[in-house]
Amino acid sequence: MAAEVALSRTAESSRSTGLDGFFKGATWFFAMVILLVLAAIIISLIISSVPAISRFGLGFLFSTAWNPVTEDFGALPAVYGTLVTSFFAMLIGIPVALGVAIYITELCPRWLKRPIGTMIELLAAIPSIIYGIWGLFVFAPWFQSTVEPWIIDTLGDVPLVGALFEGPPLGIGLFTAGLILAIMVLPFMASVMRDVFETVPAVLKESAYGIGATTWEVMWNVVLPTTRVGVIGAVMLGLGRALGETMAVTFVVGNAHQLHGSVLLPGTTISATLANEFAEAVTPIYRSSLFNLGLILFVITFIVLAIAKTMLIRMQSKAGA
Amino acid sequence: MMVRTRKMLAALAVTAGLMTAPAMAAGLSGAGGTAIYPVLSKWAEQYKAQTQTAVNYQAIGSGGGIAQIKAKTVDFANSDKPLAPDDLRAAGLVQFPAVIISITPVVNLDGVKPGDLVLDGPTLADIYLGKITDWDNAAIQKLNPSVKLPHSKISVVYRSDGSGTTFNFTDYLAKMSPEWKQKVGSDTSVSFPVGVGGKGNAGVAQYVNQIKGAIGYVEYAYVVENKMTYTKMINSAGATVEPTLATFSAAAANADFTKVENFYLILTNQPGKDSWPITAATYMLMRKDYPAAQNLEVLKFLDWCLKNGQEQAKALAYVPLPDSVVKQVEAAWTKELAVDGKPIWP
Amino acid sequence: MGGRTTIALFLTILLGALGLLALWFEAVGGAVLAGFLILGVWTWVLWGRLAPYTQRRATNTAVLALSYGATGLGIFCLVLILGTLIWNGLGAVSIDFFTESTPASGSQGGGMLNAIYGSAVMTIVATLVGSPVGILAGTFLAEYGRGNLIAPVIRFINDILLSAPSIIIGLFVYEAMVLRMGHFSGWAGSVALAILVVPVVVRTTEDMLNLVPGSLREAAFALGTPKWRVIVTVTYRAAMQGMLTGVMLAVARISGETAPLLFTAVNNQFWTTNMNDWMPNLPVAIFQFALSPDANWQRLAWGGALLITVTILALNIVARVLTSGRSFGR
Repeated sequence: MAAEVALSRTAESSRSTGLDGFFKGATWFFAMVILLVLAAIIISLIISSVPAISRFGLGFLFSTAWNPVTEDFGALPAVYGTLVTSFFAMLIGIPVALGVAIYITELCPRWLKRPIGTMIELLAAIPSIIYGIWGLFVFAPWFQSTVEPWIIDTLGDVPLVGALFEGPPLGIGLFTAGLILAIMVLPFMASVMRDVFETVPAVLKESAYGIGATTWEVMWNVVLPTTRVGVIGAVMLGLGRALGETMAVTFVVGNAHQLHGSVLLPGTTISATLANEFAEAVTPIYRSSLFNLGLILFVITFIVLAIAKTMLIRMQSKAGA
Repeated sequence: MMVRTRKMLAALAVTAGLMTAPAMAAGLSGAGGTAIYPVLSKWAEQYKAQTQTAVNYQAIGSGGGIAQIKAKTVDFANSDKPLAPDDLRAAGLVQFPAVIISITPVVNLDGVKPGDLVLDGPTLADIYLGKITDWDNAAIQKLNPSVKLPHSKISVVYRSDGSGTTFNFTDYLAKMSPEWKQKVGSDTSVSFPVGVGGKGNAGVAQYVNQIKGAIGYVEYAYVVENKMTYTKMINSAGATVEPTLATFSAAAANADFTKVENFYLILTNQPGKDSWPITAATYMLMRKDYPAAQNLEVLKFLDWCLKNGQEQAKALAYVPLPDSVVKQVEAAWTKELAVDGKPIWP
Repeated sequence: MGGRTTIALFLTILLGALGLLALWFEAVGGAVLAGFLILGVWTWVLWGRLAPYTQRRATNTAVLALSYGATGLGIFCLVLILGTLIWNGLGAVSIDFFTESTPASGSQGGGMLNAIYGSAVMTIVATLVGSPVGILAGTFLAEYGRGNLIAPVIRFINDILLSAPSIIIGLFVYEAMVLRMGHFSGWAGSVALAILVVPVVVRTTEDMLNLVPGSLREAAFALGTPKWRVIVTVTYRAAMQGMLTGVMLAVARISGETAPLLFTAVNNQFWTTNMNDWMPNLPVAIFQFALSPDANWQRLAWGGALLITVTILALNIVARVLTSGRSFGR
């Protein structure tokens, strides 16, 4: 009797161990799937880029040509556009995000913290195509008729700097795309910065306040140095987003494979080029060049995101300790 | 618990079945230029009402259409740029015209109404080359002595995607300006020296409507549908012509498809004092190696369009093909689209 | 005179000269800019002359004012965008919007029924495919990942996938599925969306599972429950609300994604339920309609945009409400 019970118990427990192993194996398998997907993406990008790489080599990165007829392609206008629009997005987005994070953590009355935080996160949830059509239909015409002529008239005539702001007032262009991107990435950065600021132990801030520091001084001398790594991580996260953004940019960047001095003129970014031209890449070299652009974009965002992630991990481990 | 799981699985199976079951009637898929899209979508709508067959067309530009039919992802393609006989042979495609389109310059200027402005080929080329940058430039003023032109910059708009409309427009510019021919050339996609790129005829129309001081080029149906400000042009006979069905038809009347192979004919800058300078035939492309049944469905649709679609075409100022050309086209179907030596049409 | 004032005077003379030069060249803008810069220089001098305490107070007030301004700007943008969306979109939303398919260019009326249906179906399929993958992978990271070498790597990779440009995912699925199948399809679109769902679900699942107190698990283990059973019957149940929130956030994310659908499902003018066919969907339809000058199409585009935004915001708000009222086995 006891032996039977013991036997059935072992049978049951070995069945359980079997199921245990199965379950563990299943979770491990799907975790591996994620790894495989990323590997597959990278491999497929590389394989598809090989014809273009073997044809153009490294010169691809520095060529301004883009002629589907003579099959001469170059990445420079697209890469330049990606970098410039992201630069403007960061230039305007970082201070504003910092301002918002400072407001939410230090200045905001307690009852207002949640709603304002939610509103900022709602701004982050709005899909990029909405930013695109808003940018094209609402922002660009207003920009074209009010701000741009003023910029061209004032800054356009200044020696040296003026070359950056020349051209007809189109409303769309690299600068507009950068502004729309700034509005898009600022909620991300503000949220992460807010989370990072809140990890600062209250005792540090209170002791600073206790010796008579102003709010700004506390921020500058206590909070920011402590959270420096996290803030940079937030910035890099925003940068990663800005670099890869497609829809918001495609509507307002002007789709011109040209390299100008002026940022008010139309240009293109890597993702806008892909969105616009992929469906009609007739020849293998054209298609391969587009994949090559995709690969370049992936590499750039990968590096930026890797740096961001490393910094945020370090931030978290410091906060935990 | 078990009963519930079974019911859930059954429901899932039914839904999956519904999703993979073929649509009620066989659908056709096509891709190609945006120039033909306004009339093609009307034809598809009426064809569906009559025969229950849905013809789904993605207007992604002539370049896109050619790419998709070569990649075998669509049943038929459209292109405003005809492929050369060698290309057709190499890709195993057959091409034939469907309707005649016309390309018009459009502008966005305060106080300038449709038809007020007159432009000619060389001036247009200089604007697109970036040599003429202001609206009140002497060359434009000379063609328009009575129009008050503002002292503002010209915002050039072109097609950013691979476009047959661009091909015909740049072909005209190349004929009118040796400098354009040498510097830029003509094709579905060229390196425009200045300006903003719009996607599709729709994108160009959209930008021109939005940007003050803009100039662009679109198929005339877009001018009609969106009430745009078109310009008059000076044709090869030196006469100033308005973009109307009459001037388009005058240009199209010169088209003689009997003397060329595979219907390859460029119709820009046609002679005749009533002819509109920038017209073109728009072509349908089909694969020879598709199954007979698939190609037959496409032919039925195209036959319907050629025979029943003329009123719709004329309403949007497309020039329908004359009967002689229609007969020529259908003879080509019989000859070129044969499976194992047996023609599938009629 | 202090060093600061000397520098200021020198700069004023320089800028003044440049400003006058600009005026001589009729570049009014340059003169105005020079004027602003001179103002800036003297503000700097004035600030330097303040007593230290006032200086600190002044800096503080200035910075805090900027913070208020920044937040105001952010809220203003939100209100402006949502306002324009509602203003333009409400004009399109009607019974027709939800019952008729997309019209041909140049036609009047019509709706977005086929696009709404296609988006809904692809979202459901993507969620059904992606969520189990994400949940199980997240379980691995939370439950079996301690001390493991592979877990941090997978976490890292997951975050890369989370923030990777979605157009690259679309390209990948085009190569892997569309070219092999020979045609665009709703299935390819769903796969692309599923790849976007997985990282979100993995992240939230892992976070939620990590929040379950160890005491709950230990109690179950003490009763002799095998590990898999502990996870499925105790941990999952405790974290269920959080995990569902993760799925909702994933759905919200893919509802607005356009780029991955551009080369996979494309769009369809007509009504279809066939997933093997080109699948109509809201984002690509909005893309197509918004970039055309057709007024009817633009109206429908705004309506579709409003619908997407309302859905996403609703999902986000519900997710937020659910996670705030969280409590574990008290």
